[in-house]
Amino acid sequence: MTVTERQQRAYVDAQAADMRVAVELETDEGMTLNLGPQHPATHGTLRVIARLDGEQVVWADISPGYMHRGYEKLCEVRTYPQVTTLVNRIDWLGSFANEVPFILASEQLMGIEAPPRARYIRTILFEMARVANIVLFLGDLGVQLGAVTPAFYAFRDREHVLDQIESVTGGRFHPNFDRIGGLKDDLPKGWIADTKAVMQRMRMFCDEIEDLLFGNEIFEARTRGVGVIPADVALSYGLSGANARGSGIDWDLRRDTDVGLAHNEVDWRVWTHPDGDSFARCWVRLQETREATKIIDQLCDGLPGGPIMAKVPRIIKVPEGEAYVATENPLGEMGYYIISKGDIGPFRVKIRSASFSNVSVLPWLLRGVYVPDIITILASLYFILGDIDR
Amino acid sequence: MSTLTTLAADIELAWWQQTTLRSLGVMIAVLIPAGTLVYVFLFKMMSFMQSRLGPMEAGPYGSLQLLAEVGKFIQKEDIIPWRADRKLFAFAPYVVIASVFMIYLVVPFGPDAYFVDFDTGIFWALAVSSVSVIGILIAGWSSANKYSLLGGLRAAGQLIAYELPMVLAVVGVVIQAGTLNMQGIVAAQAEGEIFGFGGIGNPFVLTQGIGFLIFLIAMQAELTQTPFDMPIAESELVSGYMTEYSGLRFLLFFIGEFASAGAFAAVAATLFLGGWAIPGVDLDADWMNVVGPLVLVAKMMLVAFLVFWVRFTYPRFREDQLQQLAWKILIPLSLVNILATMALKVAF
Amino acid sequence: MSDATTTEATGTPEAEAGDAAAGAEQPTAPADEQREAMLATLTAALGDRVVGSHVVPGRELWVRVAREAWVEAAETAKLKLGCTFFDFLSAIDWMPSPWGRYEYSALDLEGGIPRPDPTAEIATGYAGGDTRFQVFSRLLNVRQQHSVMLKADLPDDDLRVASLVPLYGGANWHERECWEMFGITFDGHPSLRHLYLPGAFEGHPLRKDFPLLARLVKPWPGIVDVEPMPQTDDEAEGDTPDGNGSGAENEGDA
Repeated sequence: MTVTERQQRAYVDAQAADMRVAVELETDEGMTLNLGPQHPATHGTLRVIARLDGEQVVWADISPGYMHRGYEKLCEVRTYPQVTTLVNRIDWLGSFANEVPFILASEQLMGIEAPPRARYIRTILFEMARVANIVLFLGDLGVQLGAVTPAFYAFRDREHVLDQIESVTGGRFHPNFDRIGGLKDDLPKGWIADTKAVMQRMRMFCDEIEDLLFGNEIFEARTRGVGVIPADVALSYGLSGANARGSGIDWDLRRDTDVGLAHNEVDWRVWTHPDGDSFARCWVRLQETREATKIIDQLCDGLPGGPIMAKVPRIIKVPEGEAYVATENPLGEMGYYIISKGDIGPFRVKIRSASFSNVSVLPWLLRGVYVPDIITILASLYFILGDIDR
Repeated sequence: MSTLTTLAADIELAWWQQTTLRSLGVMIAVLIPAGTLVYVFLFKMMSFMQSRLGPMEAGPYGSLQLLAEVGKFIQKEDIIPWRADRKLFAFAPYVVIASVFMIYLVVPFGPDAYFVDFDTGIFWALAVSSVSVIGILIAGWSSANKYSLLGGLRAAGQLIAYELPMVLAVVGVVIQAGTLNMQGIVAAQAEGEIFGFGGIGNPFVLTQGIGFLIFLIAMQAELTQTPFDMPIAESELVSGYMTEYSGLRFLLFFIGEFASAGAFAAVAATLFLGGWAIPGVDLDADWMNVVGPLVLVAKMMLVAFLVFWVRFTYPRFREDQLQQLAWKILIPLSLVNILATMALKVAF
Repeated sequence: MSDATTTEATGTPEAEAGDAAAGAEQPTAPADEQREAMLATLTAALGDRVVGSHVVPGRELWVRVAREAWVEAAETAKLKLGCTFFDFLSAIDWMPSPWGRYEYSALDLEGGIPRPDPTAEIATGYAGGDTRFQVFSRLLNVRQQHSVMLKADLPDDDLRVASLVPLYGGANWHERECWEMFGITFDGHPSLRHLYLPGAFEGHPLRKDFPLLARLVKPWPGIVDVEPMPQTDDEAEGDTPDGNGSGAENEGDA
């Protein structure tokens, strides 16, 4: 054997051992196709192993973990303020939203309530993270299906949201702005007026996308009836967020729980869709983005004055206890289960990330679909690799 | 080019010299439209539609970008995958390019400015356009890559399926023109009359409107452009049958794609928009040999604009939906079109 | 409160079965009663296998069950309490880490890396606990918005528990992750294999005696590279290490 042949054999063996799945190149029962880890359609390094019969999937398996950074272990050696920086990077497109449940859980254990102004601004930034995240999803949706143009509009308009986030927090992608007891800084002058203009612009973008993409017959033909998840399956797999609401489950943590954000003080509605197919999920997200812009507008209008930070000791020691707080993040339900022993850092943090549960339904869902439908389903379930792999 | 031939006969050029001139002429005639299409539509129109500027650095407003890209591709390393079938892998791009060149042979640019004037011109054009299917299949199979294989198989199904609507749409044109000869079709449009009114001639886009639409859709599919780009399907198959190709071979595919877009656009312009003729101008005038190509290029750009505009806007069909469209909708529609044309032709 | 609760959901299907728990209107005052009622249902179903419980009013209910009753407890929650949503499943290792927060260099440790003391008292959290490892899971009722956090002790020498996969499909990945991170075997799981880690990985990373290698290799806080802050003009004469003075008045020997 030449060197290259030996190397190739070794590589194939390593891959097989890796997955405990024999990676056959040709068999009689069908072809094994590897989507990933590097692939344009998996938002990051997700590996989908599909056994195909022609163009139809016989079975599929998902191999996540190419981006596993060991968040839960890392959180155990950090102090509470340091965890905020770390946790930004789980869902990196809507990163402020990752900090919020952790901060709220710590505040719950400490018995501290953030002042109303901080609560409002926290909610505004939370919803802006949602807008930034889902706008990119809408652009990316087009690209996955072949329409390359909406992606550019999405990125162009998303820049305005990121500009607003940057002018408050200093960071476009990783704000690292939430603190136990409040926020780091107050809003700059003129921010509220600018934000309302940006939100108006995002509403126009949503209308544009609805026209361009959702009104397109080809889009409807590609997404309607594809990847139907019945409601009971969705619940048993732990699907949350727009994936659950797209299957008709009327559940939104912003409305149904009171964790310390200001959603109860504004007027908004929850969108559901009974179909449970890819179109339903995408449509629900579009409506949610519009709704988020309205929430931000109302919050900006009713912003109370006052301090931005409650009185917290300089060295934060959270008293002993356990708390779980989950919020309706852009991707779904994200929660932190903090076990504290009265130390300056948490004893154990269990991060419940939305995409982990969302993606776990894929082996069940991908049986019997066509290869192009795999892409549609991956696009409509919308996960972020950092969220799956933590 | 018959004037050139007579000219050459006067100057007593050897046959091999004439052939060289003709070959160079064909290359220029093929590559210039391809380059123009790439610059105008891919670099600039696509960019403007996506609210960005496109290449601006190489040359004024990025006009020399294609030249830079050609240079880049030519100097790349020649990579053939380990398990690929070397001969077939190397052979495939040339098949596709050959098919494109052969289509240009029968497109008339002026009363005497053409390469070959077959009596069955349009028949030849449609026949050789199917040769590229073989090239794509060879590329997909020989790449030893599952994505390429999927792309190649999808291409085979799609391209063969959409041959039929294209041919049937052309049949309507042929019935109206009464000839398969391309110059004859141009003449029929320039000198024809629509129900007795002869002011603008009889551009078949008006009387064969349905045929024009079917031809456009079939053309989009034959070029594997979105919404029919399942064979390439960038977000699924990375590049479909072209995945393993790099360097000069990829350049051949790339240029072939745009050259064939130009070729089909030229054929569509000839069949439906009137070709190189302008209604009211004498068809045999000698100066039409200079103006004719410009007119044809303008009409070609118009058709290509439609093709690329749709390409940058729409998502793509799934393979089975694509086939359904061809077999269940386009073919019956084109058959109805033929029946209607026959009836009207006989009646009037 | 607001009128944000009045939503017209477009045709929500009645998909959950067995919705017998008391409906709650507002999650504040009757929450205790609601959670107490849930606890009562579980105790009635499981009897003395409910080993401990804890209620944080208005927030959460913790119930610790015997290991043998793990699946039955989840089943009761699913069928009697309507908790059809599988939130998550994981484990807790209650042993304090022998390395603390790693705020020292491994080279400074005399006697090498400390080993955990198996006789040390392990303090556990809500709903009590007797063992080092506990597996816990949260199940949610999305119609009535209440949840239950189930916990179970696992003896050190027999780290196994029954799998929840027959009840909830979502438990599949959570249990795989739990196995590879803690070493807890789930009986009845279809294929317990690695989820995140490569195939040949040895050890269970989230256990407290598995060190955070990065912190051992490079001591915290690592190389501290602090640029000197620009000083004011009065102090700066001759003091600034870099040549750029802060202003035209600084005629000192910088």
